[in-house]
Amino acid sequence: MGKPAYDVVIVGAGIVGAACADAFAERGLRVVVVDRDVVGSGATAAGMGHIVVMDDSDAQFALTNYSQRLWQQLMPELPDNVEYQQPGTIWVAADDEEMTEVFRKRDYYQRRGVGVDVLDYQQLQEAEPNLREGLVGGLLVTGDAVLYPPCAARFLITRAQQRGAKVKLGASVTQIAEQKVRLSDHQEISAEIVVNAAGANAPDLTPALGIKKRKGHLVITDRYPGFLRHQLVELGYLKSAHSVSVDSVAFNVQPRRTGQILIGSSRQYGAEHKEVDQSMLANMVRRAQEYMPALGMMSAVRVWTGFRAATPDKLPLIGPCPGYRSLWLATGHEGLGITTSLGTARILVDQVTGSRTAIAAEPYLPSRAATEYAHV
Amino acid sequence: MSSEFTITVNGTPVSVSPGATVAVALMIAGRPCRMSITGEPRGPLCGMGICFECRAVVNGIPHSRSCQLLCEPDMDVRTDE
Repeated sequence: MGKPAYDVVIVGAGIVGAACADAFAERGLRVVVVDRDVVGSGATAAGMGHIVVMDDSDAQFALTNYSQRLWQQLMPELPDNVEYQQPGTIWVAADDEEMTEVFRKRDYYQRRGVGVDVLDYQQLQEAEPNLREGLVGGLLVTGDAVLYPPCAARFLITRAQQRGAKVKLGASVTQIAEQKVRLSDHQEISAEIVVNAAGANAPDLTPALGIKKRKGHLVITDRYPGFLRHQLVELGYLKSAHSVSVDSVAFNVQPRRTGQILIGSSRQYGAEHKEVDQSMLANMVRRAQEYMPALGMMSAVRVWTGFRAATPDKLPLIGPCPGYRSLWLATGHEGLGITTSLGTARILVDQVTGSRTAIAAEPYLPSRAATEYAHV
Repeated sequence: MSSEFTITVNGTPVSVSPGATVAVALMIAGRPCRMSITGEPRGPLCGMGICFECRAVVNGIPHSRSCQLLCEPDMDVRTDE
């Protein structure tokens, strides 16, 4: 057998696959990216596109914080169509219990050097006049940003190509084997290593990953410039997003540069079809109106769904895949893949090239699944 | 016509006849309904409420379809927001 044609074949040209391609190519490796559709067509196109720091766990904080800094470094290079802006996130507290969470979150972030401001009721009203009366306060995370993910993925892929990477679109991978992938047209691509970055579809090619599809709905409105200034998330979100079994909705809105407003969010397991679920959509919009009543006056331009790649411990799978010699994983990012794509790529490339990772890689190693997931 | 009345378009009075739509008033005023996101002037295309090209801010309500609204006395129409 001759030497494989490539050093790395990446399955999936979503934001994670794109970031990995760019990072591998930067190190001078011969890269090819394969996607059955176009660049950034799956969860990358369906998601909101936030660059946020989250503190669900220390490991989640470490990865999101690391990734956000990478985005901030990349920002000057991002083309205009990526629509990167930094409105910050306000975590909205609806009652005293949630306000307690605001202070806990502030302490956690402050200790780790993340810029935050506690807002009392008055300051919250001034920051977001269209929130309903009677809320208690909030926590502004100043470094949080939003962008348009498909264009961000395209930028990363284009830069990878400038660094020598090849991209094969409209090519469906039907099988991942050692040092090669097989395509639906029976072609094979050989490489020293294979990276499965197929998001929620990763288990189709690599079974037993513990990844489940978690369906989400989003609405985008017509343009209402000035109506919304920050990304807003209800602190009750923690209660709903943390539940790994029950369908849930939470208030989460995001201002786009066009003046449009993205309205989310919903989470559903076991919903395999892409169709809009009217009752889920109704619950989600109702929840949003409970926080911002004037949203009810707006015109929605489009409603759609997408699938997050959810893991049982809500951390992605980054690293060598157990049971294989040449397969690596970069998937399982749930609702945070846009943020964590850049950190994921660096961690993966550092592992593959035997370099030191900037943050501890252990929490994201796929091998944890063998022990931790066994009982889930 | 004796029953003509006045609305304002971007603060400027415009005289219209009863039964005139806001889109007609904007044509009389020589104003586009709105500017697109890329800065192009937009006006009525289908004239029957389907295409959403003729949106304007009417009495403070954004994205009102001007071809579907009849003018009323003292109506405030803005196309410059």
